Amino acid sequence: MSAYEELDATALAESIVRGERTAEETTADALRVIDERNDELFAFVSVDREGALARARALDERRAAGEAPGPLHGVPVALKANMCLAGAEVSCASKILAGYRPPYTATFVQRLIDAGAVPVGMTNMDEFAMGSSSENSAFGVTRNPWDVTRTPGGSSSGSAVAVASGMVPIALGSDTGGSVRQPAAMCGIVGYKPTYGRVSRYGLVAFGSSLDQVSPFARSTRDACRVMEVISGPDELDSTCVDAPPVAAGAGTGALAGLRVGVPPEYFPDDLDADVRACVEAAIEAMRAKGAEIVPVSLPHTDVAIPTYYVVATAEASSNLARYDGVRYGPRAEGDGTLQGMFAATRDAGFGDEVKRRILLGTYVLSSGYHEAWYGRALRVRRLLADEFDVAFQEVDVVACPTAPTAAFSLGEKSADPVAMYLSDTMTVPASLAGLPACSVPCGFVGARDAQLPVGLQVIGRPLADELVLAVARAFEAATDHRRRPPRSAGGAA
Amino acid sequence: MDSPELEIVKRTAALARLEITDAEARTLAPQFARILAQFQVLTSVDVEGVEPMTGATRLADVTRADEPRASLPRAATLANAPDERDGFYGVPKTIGGGS
Amino acid sequence: MSTAAAGVVSGQTGTRWIPVIGLEVHCQLDTRTKLFCGCEYSFGAEPNTITCPVCTAQPGALPVLNSAALEYAVRAALALNADVAPVSKFDRKNYFYCDLPKGYQISQFDLPYCTGGGIQLASGKFIRLTRIHMEEDAGKAIHDRGDATLVDLNRAGVPLIESVTEADMCSADEAHEYLTALKEIFQYIGVSDCDMEKGSLRCDVNVSVHPEGEPWRTKVEVKNLNSFRNVRASIQYEIARQIEAYETGDPAQYPEQETRLFDVAAGVTRTMRSKEDAHDYRYFPDPDLPLVTVDAVLIERQRGLLPELPVARRARYESELGLSAYDAGVMTAARDVADFFETVVRVGGDPKAAANWIANDVLRALSDPDVAASSILELLVKPNDLAELIALVGDGTVSKNAGREVLDEMLRSGARAKDVVQAMGLEQVQDTSQIDEWCRAALAGREATVADVRAGNLKAIGALMGPVMQASKGSADPQLVRAALLRIIGEEG
Ligand SMILES: [Mg+2]
Ligand SMILES: [Zn+2]
Repeated sequence: MSAYEELDATALAESIVRGERTAEETTADALRVIDERNDELFAFVSVDREGALARARALDERRAAGEAPGPLHGVPVALKANMCLAGAEVSCASKILAGYRPPYTATFVQRLIDAGAVPVGMTNMDEFAMGSSSENSAFGVTRNPWDVTRTPGGSSSGSAVAVASGMVPIALGSDTGGSVRQPAAMCGIVGYKPTYGRVSRYGLVAFGSSLDQVSPFARSTRDACRVMEVISGPDELDSTCVDAPPVAAGAGTGALAGLRVGVPPEYFPDDLDADVRACVEAAIEAMRAKGAEIVPVSLPHTDVAIPTYYVVATAEASSNLARYDGVRYGPRAEGDGTLQGMFAATRDAGFGDEVKRRILLGTYVLSSGYHEAWYGRALRVRRLLADEFDVAFQEVDVVACPTAPTAAFSLGEKSADPVAMYLSDTMTVPASLAGLPACSVPCGFVGARDAQLPVGLQVIGRPLADELVLAVARAFEAATDHRRRPPRSAGGAA
Repeated sequence: MDSPELEIVKRTAALARLEITDAEARTLAPQFARILAQFQVLTSVDVEGVEPMTGATRLADVTRADEPRASLPRAATLANAPDERDGFYGVPKTIGGGS
Repeated sequence: MSTAAAGVVSGQTGTRWIPVIGLEVHCQLDTRTKLFCGCEYSFGAEPNTITCPVCTAQPGALPVLNSAALEYAVRAALALNADVAPVSKFDRKNYFYCDLPKGYQISQFDLPYCTGGGIQLASGKFIRLTRIHMEEDAGKAIHDRGDATLVDLNRAGVPLIESVTEADMCSADEAHEYLTALKEIFQYIGVSDCDMEKGSLRCDVNVSVHPEGEPWRTKVEVKNLNSFRNVRASIQYEIARQIEAYETGDPAQYPEQETRLFDVAAGVTRTMRSKEDAHDYRYFPDPDLPLVTVDAVLIERQRGLLPELPVARRARYESELGLSAYDAGVMTAARDVADFFETVVRVGGDPKAAANWIANDVLRALSDPDVAASSILELLVKPNDLAELIALVGDGTVSKNAGREVLDEMLRSGARAKDVVQAMGLEQVQDTSQIDEWCRAALAGREATVADVRAGNLKAIGALMGPVMQASKGSADPQLVRAALLRIIGEEG
């Protein structure tokens, strides 16, 4: 029996089903690693020790009674703190939802549970998923296991770190403009954002509704496929959920030979970090060596994706976050004693700076007199961005590019400069705006031998081509050897 | 006299029910100005004749049957309420003034 | 100040003022469940017991459109001869209030599902509809209990259609007539009970006045009117208030563009908010809801469900059934009454008699506590039973007065007319030899009256009828008695 941290979810589930370990032992393993590492890394904001162990025991009993196991039987899983599980604290790392326990469970969480997964706790994040570094959490900073002075990326920081540091083999994050792909790249794991609508959003606390997608983190692409098989598919509780069958877990055994891979020069700008560029170019070269045809494609509106994204996402967010008014949930501040004064005082005390900044921006771009110039225009540019991907996909099967312009940056480096922080999403927001499936898969390391940091390759596909994108990522993963467990001690070599 | 940015920040904050202090407004105003300046690039894009993209799906006509689903028990609905009174949500006294 | 023809109001200064009035009517649709969630709404339930994650805006919950709400809305549009848009969308209307759980209302802004159409008034004037859109209701805030405002979200998310007219009306009467007609239509087509007391019909009015021949002036909105009487009173008050303000000649006192509320107790409107703190609703398309499409199949199915509307029925009752305009109006004011009336006529009841019985006796019974029915459909007397009673009165089996007693009993017990007549012994005596006998007895000793009749004073016969009816204990058919008296007096003369 291999060590818990060595196995991916697929292997763990199989070994439990074979009787080599129990679900309870496996959950106890997860809790042990969390105990060992969470103080340092702060991946989890809350851990449901008793609940997880009870659930695992029940799984063992049902298995003993002859019940057929689910595809994630006994696998510990981490949930981002913006995902609803009845009775769990879902704070979105915000003071305004401190103590909030939803009276219902998200569709995708229920599907994980029905598949035998064991939620062990809620992970840290940038408040309301607004941020790229974890520095906007109201509860503290999550640290990158490769170098604890650096960010793990964000906003799904805790889920990425929980997987990268061996606490759990799989976790869910939410990706609005790159919040799963970017931390996956910075933590050296797989992060997969599905086609918009492939996974129900019912029970995911909204940030930018037309962009948000529940997205898995995994240490292998086969695990990402397996999670997708479980959580994707139609849901009558989400009108934007597409009527397509669940992603087939068997997908992802495809070969690179004959595949047409588009490489857009716009994703390799002059100011791209030289090491990242070298790393990604080498990855693309590796694809060519395995028989892929590398084709240049043009995505000329890439440079306006960031403002487009921030206008659309903040506009939606300003409205989505209007419900936090101190009436139905969350702590209330009384203010001047009037109703509207209570609203303002509650929101002032409850929201952090970045959330306020984005609510302001979103309110502004929707307000009378500015609406058409900002919001209206952004929707049109968004259409141009989606259309130019359509054109590219007439020439190629997938697009390959870096996931993020740099490897993990130092905590504090960009926190004082919102614009610099926004630019770290440059390479992930276009696929979000166009609603496309995109996978970040580890493609190498940068930095000195004793201080290496992982880099991610992003594979983007056409709408609903989730199987193809995962297959390409899996073929790339099989053809290369970039998957390594991060060091047990901070800053050391892998 | 406040700068135009400061004016905008204050007015927008009021609209968004964000109670910000003068000091906060003074910090936010230049940030706001910088973000908007950075975003000015949007105005250079030719969007003549381009349809707005209002959602990321091309779905239409998604409906459900008019069949009841169980409502929540009242205790569950009100469990998170900061001021629950006799089965209601309590809020500061106010008179009319919704939409 | 006096009101002249066609809405013109003469002010103190002799200026002829023209009121301009538009209505926005919110009407709850009678679907089983709410607009975007499966909660089954019912009026008067315990607070916050008909709520779920969606309608209480729990973080992460999402809306899904109720297909029946769309169908009802389309039916309403067709009944008003409006155009149904093949594609429409839902938008978010953003504002903060304690009864609005999401901080926005899902409504329709620039692409409503319905435009055009309207209602013709009795005068022939056509009130145009600008649009109808679908939206969700807010919850209820209760302000008159204790030291806090209390919020009940049962109503939050109930489907509404909001019908907006052009400013085509020029008097409170016209507004009242339009509103009555709109309510009748919505009730007829079965999309809403339009019960203002339960809040399922609510009205906002826009009022301005201008001197005849001059451009329109500032529009004032009066919100949340919850009775026909308040609609009328608030319009009348606003017209008078605005004219008075203009006639001061002092621009500082002129009406402002603002939203006002009607104070029912004081009978006046009061400022709710002025233009300066007007809302900026920041409408934008709701990203949680895809476009709404309505195809020909849906439209034709709803068209097929439209009954004959009240105006058409009224005309037919007058022309084909010979009812007076008044009776036709009473018979068509509510669909269940009209349907009841038509069934009575179809099974053979005389139309005029049916209208009389329904208007005078059947509808009155609805307010009788012994009858215990809130609608004509719940009465124990069914159309067949009433038709039978009408026939019994018509052929003289019972008198009209006795018929009323019979109906009372039918309403109470549900017995059939014939059985009641028999059981109560109310059948009129038609046996002419028995009647002749009573008549002869009455004539004896009343020679003077008899002579009077012989002299040609037929009115005097009345004095002879009484004793006969008395002798028969009311059971003699008065027609037959009269005939017998005349015959006997003639024979004996
Ligand atoms: Mg409305
Ligand atoms: Zn509900």
